[in-house]
Amino acid sequence: MTTTQLSPTDLFAQVMRYDNRADPYPCYALMRERPVARMENGTWLVSGYHEIAQLLHDPRISADRLNPQAPEPALRSLLVQDPPRHDRLRRLVTGEFIPRIMGMRDHIAELVDQLLDAHTGSGPGQLDVVTDLAYPLPVTVICELLGVPREDEPVFGALSRRLTLALDPVDSPTEEQIRDAQQARDQLLQYLEGLIQQRRAEPGDDLLSALMASGDDEGPMGPVDLRVTLVLLLIAGHETTVNLIANGTLALLRDPNVLARLRSDPDLATPLVEEVLRYDPPVQMSGRSTLADIDIAGTTIPKGSRLRIMLAAGNRDPRRFPDPDRFVPDRADNAHLGFGGGIHYCVGAALARAEAQLALTALANRLTAPRLVADPPPYRRNAALRGPEHLLVAYDRLTNR
Amino acid sequence: MTKQSPPDTLRLVVDLNRCQNYGQCVYAAPTVFRFHGEESLEYDYAPGEAARREVERAAAACPVQAIALGAANEPSPLSAGSDR
Amino acid sequence: MRADRTVVVGASLAGLRAAEALRDEGFTGELTLIGDEPHEPYDRPPLSKAVLSGWLPADHTTLPRLRDIDAHWLLGTAATGLDVPGRQVVLADGRRIRYDRLLIATGTRARPWPEQAGGGLRGVHVLRGREDAERLRAALLAGPHRVLVIGAGFTGGEVASSCRDLGLAVTVTQRGAAPLASALGGVVGRAAADWYRDAGVDLRLNTTVRTLEGDSHGRLRRAVLSDGSTVEAEVAVVATGAVANTGWLAGSGLAVDDHGVTCDATCRVLTPDGAVVPEVFAAGDIARWPHPRYPGQLLRLDHWDNAVRQARTAAHNMAHGGHRVHQPLPAFWSNQFGVNCKSVGLPAIADQVVITQGTLAQRRFVAAYGRDGRLVAAVAVNSPRVLGGYAALIEAGAPFPPVLNAPDGPPQPTAVDAEFPRRSTAATAAATAATAATAATATAQRRPVMTAHP
Repeated sequence: MTTTQLSPTDLFAQVMRYDNRADPYPCYALMRERPVARMENGTWLVSGYHEIAQLLHDPRISADRLNPQAPEPALRSLLVQDPPRHDRLRRLVTGEFIPRIMGMRDHIAELVDQLLDAHTGSGPGQLDVVTDLAYPLPVTVICELLGVPREDEPVFGALSRRLTLALDPVDSPTEEQIRDAQQARDQLLQYLEGLIQQRRAEPGDDLLSALMASGDDEGPMGPVDLRVTLVLLLIAGHETTVNLIANGTLALLRDPNVLARLRSDPDLATPLVEEVLRYDPPVQMSGRSTLADIDIAGTTIPKGSRLRIMLAAGNRDPRRFPDPDRFVPDRADNAHLGFGGGIHYCVGAALARAEAQLALTALANRLTAPRLVADPPPYRRNAALRGPEHLLVAYDRLTNR
Repeated sequence: MTKQSPPDTLRLVVDLNRCQNYGQCVYAAPTVFRFHGEESLEYDYAPGEAARREVERAAAACPVQAIALGAANEPSPLSAGSDR
Repeated sequence: MRADRTVVVGASLAGLRAAEALRDEGFTGELTLIGDEPHEPYDRPPLSKAVLSGWLPADHTTLPRLRDIDAHWLLGTAATGLDVPGRQVVLADGRRIRYDRLLIATGTRARPWPEQAGGGLRGVHVLRGREDAERLRAALLAGPHRVLVIGAGFTGGEVASSCRDLGLAVTVTQRGAAPLASALGGVVGRAAADWYRDAGVDLRLNTTVRTLEGDSHGRLRRAVLSDGSTVEAEVAVVATGAVANTGWLAGSGLAVDDHGVTCDATCRVLTPDGAVVPEVFAAGDIARWPHPRYPGQLLRLDHWDNAVRQARTAAHNMAHGGHRVHQPLPAFWSNQFGVNCKSVGLPAIADQVVITQGTLAQRRFVAAYGRDGRLVAAVAVNSPRVLGGYAALIEAGAPFPPVLNAPDGPPQPTAVDAEFPRRSTAATAAATAATAATAATATAQRRPVMTAHP
């Protein structure tokens, strides 16, 4: 095995550097040479598949304590909560969310087609897959689900983006960054407050009304939990699936064989989306902390340490995935970390999968001779929620459905 | 993949030791998988060819890859035939 | 590798997976599978749950073939004898099947209720095979006024749970002080007693059935219990354990008894004096072997996971003459009363237990088991997503009680006596307790049986 001259601190800095946004994977490969390594600031990088999988299932891990990005405890969504509060909130949310998404496939397919129909024509053209499809699709779906007016989207879409920037793992966010994130959060909560008041007066059959009415033997979902859950669902609907669809489009258009195979076999979309989640996951990393000393990979992470769980690095670990840097659309035994693992496994995974499968199938089927205008495309700032800012695709023809 | 299999030969089994009840199979193929209680998975080992697409989605979505698909049978006959 | 004749006796989970693994390992010779049931290999765990409750038809439990194995199938054909020197399996119809390599995977059967105590009455059931499940299902559909379940082990609990799902009145008798006590100890067992009672089961602890009584037509009518009371019931399910299907091996010269077939850690079967029979292997519920993690005893695991993994190890060694050691971390699950219960390690060898996450009362907890200051097992109830962390700790030989500080753990985790019944340092005594006591099951015994190393 080669050894690198770069320290864990340097390697993480390289991953965070915007210059490396389009391809952080060589940095991850160097990182994996020491799958568990301490940075100078005391935070530990975890980049090996098996080490990540073990820690995500370890009872000595917290998503709550020591999380510098987390707001004050009362305002934490289930993403940054520990059991038992996390478990209860998650049960309440999934109890309402999941039944609503299970029958949505046909509707999502219709939305995909509608978004593409806007560009149907006889001749060559260009599509920005991000702004024309990958972004509006999940946003429309989450707005419909929640019962949030689609025309308000520019307002909370911008707020969502400002909040997301603050989610990137910066050691010492500047006061300005902290202030801006707080402002965005407050404005989003304020916006939601109006919706909640409106639903209180006039409940609908939407997810928002259902969450307001939800409860268990401990009582109804609390008002704060309701609000942070709504913020979480909105952000997740805005900032993650967009990257899954865009990253999947990149994989399709970078390899003509992959595109051809998807065209000839629409069922390939199922494993293909799993491979996107492995090969180029929308959520690249996640934060945790240790509640006790943990012996792992020949070292001891002391109690009270912060962890950077490098999901995208684990997904390319050759100890787990044969030929990990190759995109294999029908890869077998693909137990990737794209949606995390353990008790915090992505609540919206099923929805994201359906959206990505249908969007990628439609792109493959309806675009004639699609090609990337710029490769790599311009990327968004975020290193953690990573994906293209725009993804221009030129084509000879966009056919009718 | 077993797409060339004759009709109604879809069979599956879930390694319930590996299963952590993420529920992705229930969401992908609700006619084949179900929860009985909060964390107990039940499923149909022989759901029929009509469910194949849903079952393949369920198997692909399993975060711990605990669902194994296979065929019902192989060409050799089930028999008490003579020893060779 | 030699292209020769391999015979697998036992066409259930272990037999099928072994046959597939043999082909995976490159075995190209003649392969014969012999099974006494007329069915293709099927899975047993759902029989006491989804099949009994009616959600899943019994014939929808057939196991998938994970690959083509190009085998001769002799189904509905019991093996009745084994000629080790002549390398032949003797079938019930008198045929003899020659082998160069043999895998014994005939598993276990439910311990029947004694004839002299009413075992021959109509309405008395066991639950092991598909026909058992179909018969019991039909009996439950007939609407008995009460079902008696004898034994509150895993199968007993699953059957009682399914009966309650069907709205049937259920009485469960249990020899020990709590359900599951011999498998999981009294601390977790007492929590399980609440699952029974909250589901409306009439649970009779420290109680055995003295005899079953029928009417003049030979139909079960009531049970007389050890406390002298009677329970009126038209259906009884005997869930008092399993015995190994070793009858066909009598006189074979192999080390066999009701507890199983003794083999070494590489799945090779032994003679009573401990000599290896190099061409005869065993896997699954029937195999007893010295697990390197648990020295000084023989282990037999009626676990689904063990059947699959031991089949693979045996197949590897059969195909290559290899010496791969079978040393899995034991693992099993049970679903009953809406509770998912998963275990890693060997709870039954523990002397202490500590609740590390959740609470017993909430039916969402993890119990960690320790012995001599080491973590040896963990049982997760409705908490399947954290168990992997405990498995890693057990394999690493972590100290007990473990320092976890889990956010949903008690403020002061306190290790207490795990309360396993009739614990004895003599391994033979433990084996006696295991077979005589309660936890054994029809679909999977899920309790290790330990016996002294010969």
